[in-house]
Amino acid sequence: MSSRRFAFAAGVVALALIATPALAQGAVAAQWKWLTFVVFGIIIAVTMFVTYVAAKRVKTTADFYVAGGGVSGLQNGWAIAGDYLSAASFLGIAGLISLYGYDGFMYSVGWLVAYITVLLVIAEPCRNIGKYTLSDILAYRNNPRAARIVGALSTITVSTFYLTAQMVGGGVLVKTLIGIDYEISVMVVGILMLAYVLFGGMVATTWVQIIKAILLVTASILLVMLVWVPYGFSLPGFLTSVIGDAKVQGQVALLIGDAAKNMTPTELGQRFLEPGLLFKAPIDQISLGMALVFGTAGMPHILMRFFTVPTAQDARKSVIWAMAIIGGFYVLTLFLGMGAAMNVGAVKIKAIDAGGNMAGPLLAQYVGGGPDSMLGNLFLAFVAAVAFATIVAVVAGLVLAAASAMAHDLYVGVIREDHVSPGEQVKAARIATVIVGAMAITIGILSKGQNVAHLVALAFAVASSANFPCVLLTLFWKRCNTGGIVLGMVVGTLTAIGLVMVSPNLTYPLLLKAPQEKIVATETASLTKLTADLAAATEAADQDKIKAAIDKSEKAKAAAEARIKAIGPDRTSIMGLEKPWFELRNPGLISIPLGFLAVILGSLLYRDKRSEDMWDELYVRQNTGLLLAKPVAH
Amino acid sequence: MVDTSGIDWKAIDSRPEFQALHSKKMGFLWGLMIFSLVYYFLLPIGAAYFQDWYKIKVWGPVNVGILFALSQFVVAWSLAFIYARRANTVFDPMAAEIVRDAEKKMGARK
Repeated sequence: MSSRRFAFAAGVVALALIATPALAQGAVAAQWKWLTFVVFGIIIAVTMFVTYVAAKRVKTTADFYVAGGGVSGLQNGWAIAGDYLSAASFLGIAGLISLYGYDGFMYSVGWLVAYITVLLVIAEPCRNIGKYTLSDILAYRNNPRAARIVGALSTITVSTFYLTAQMVGGGVLVKTLIGIDYEISVMVVGILMLAYVLFGGMVATTWVQIIKAILLVTASILLVMLVWVPYGFSLPGFLTSVIGDAKVQGQVALLIGDAAKNMTPTELGQRFLEPGLLFKAPIDQISLGMALVFGTAGMPHILMRFFTVPTAQDARKSVIWAMAIIGGFYVLTLFLGMGAAMNVGAVKIKAIDAGGNMAGPLLAQYVGGGPDSMLGNLFLAFVAAVAFATIVAVVAGLVLAAASAMAHDLYVGVIREDHVSPGEQVKAARIATVIVGAMAITIGILSKGQNVAHLVALAFAVASSANFPCVLLTLFWKRCNTGGIVLGMVVGTLTAIGLVMVSPNLTYPLLLKAPQEKIVATETASLTKLTADLAAATEAADQDKIKAAIDKSEKAKAAAEARIKAIGPDRTSIMGLEKPWFELRNPGLISIPLGFLAVILGSLLYRDKRSEDMWDELYVRQNTGLLLAKPVAH
Repeated sequence: MVDTSGIDWKAIDSRPEFQALHSKKMGFLWGLMIFSLVYYFLLPIGAAYFQDWYKIKVWGPVNVGILFALSQFVVAWSLAFIYARRANTVFDPMAAEIVRDAEKKMGARK
């Protein structure tokens, strides 16, 4: 089938799937669903057109993996922002701010600071010596075979964790927003992503990411303008109104419990702008910060973006642009989150999604005129479509990273030892894309209803504890060698995964059941007492009162029992633990130093002549860009 | 892979021009990196152990905590700007000269 026909067919299938009559209720009311359908249709049509144009330009392996190195710094900056601002950061952070105020905003800072690491020590050296993948950098001076195997395995591991979290999150998101079935949402995301990557390679992926980033930034600026304009763009004016809102004060009172009793409404509101409503354990915060700051620089799909620009100067320029866009976006989320807290309210936000992910979309609906207005629903549809485009764009970048590791590193580099014709290489890349894409859809559907929060933690943990130490020390430490990177990859990956699997990120049925069982016990005791009281009571009025109390108590008991039943018969987490063995949600604090230690020890204990001999060459090239292949002009 | 066999990398590495680039760049890079990390980790550490400071109101309801968090953005952007300026005006010309010299030698050998 020609790429043109396939792209068209994929678009039609995706639209048809979205248009199937939805039974489940979404955030968009039934009479406005057609609006969502139109906005989604426009975005799908535009991205399909881009893919069609891109497909004609994708001829060589370099075109497929890195857009022939012909992306400009400005374009790549937008694409990095599009690749990085996943639904978790775009909807998640606004949601956290809307529910927890200050702590949510503090959380967003690490996502930007991460790019300082990328800018200073990763972007330019990687551009100067890299080609298509993370393993290319490791293989430059280390034993190529060993480096490619460990690098590819870690790339596939990180990408799969992140990919699964995106697929599951995306499925839930589309379902919540427009009410289509979870399985269909996952399939739509998967089919569209496959169409982009398979035919348009990195060229189409880059443009889909750019389009998505522009849509996201436009939507956010528009919303913030509408939310902020009543206060004449004054920060204190806006925040005074936020803390004076009864819904915000109510949410704070709910979060701090008994401590709220002695506080005035104004104090409660002000508390929303102070730390400590979400993060109780500072050490966990620091550990998460480490994983973000070092993990981003070890993310294969982010690294890969630096191979798409022609020179180190363009790589530098792209990080500067990405930092401006990403940072600007997070500053806007402060207003989105606070605006949603005040205008929509935590109660309504949590009613649709307990994690707060719907704060942004609901705010859009509010500023457009509310749930019954056409403009409100058009805004909601637009934000929903941006969220959808976000998932597809991020997933496309991840699939490309995993497919390149599979085809370029494992198949071409290790199995065929580089004896592969250019035509065959492109074919291998496309086959790997289909395999990874099919895997993503399958895992997405199989993981329905699973707790995937730990997968994002896992992806960042492995990237920061295994990939980052190996890449950094290969680039900057003379003594680093094959022994170091193999040991570093193994130790970093295993510690990171091992610690997350026994951390509080997993579901522990016994811990969830405990408070419910306590309710059952209390209610059972009070029922016994009430029944005795009833037998002793003689007055009709007293009997009625006791009967009402019994009724209430029985209902509470039944509700708690139903919740216990919903948790299921399991007693332990999937690792067989009754309670977390390791208390930190993110293992970075332990696993990152261990990863570095492993690379250093492995290098000192192992002798590798090639790693030593290649040092001068690698170091001169990573600093000067000498012999950097000139991009092929299109 | 690019053919790199014709170049004496050790000779380039030991040239004073390259050594000058190396020492200038490394000191600057790691200095910025460490400053950035220290400044960033002060935010969660302060939020945990110096909450009373964060609560001091400065500008209407805007408190020290919010200003500190906002300053993180300004600092990150400033560091990026400072690095880009230094790289554009100092490191790039130094690297370009080393590349020019090396390419001249390669041309002479051919």
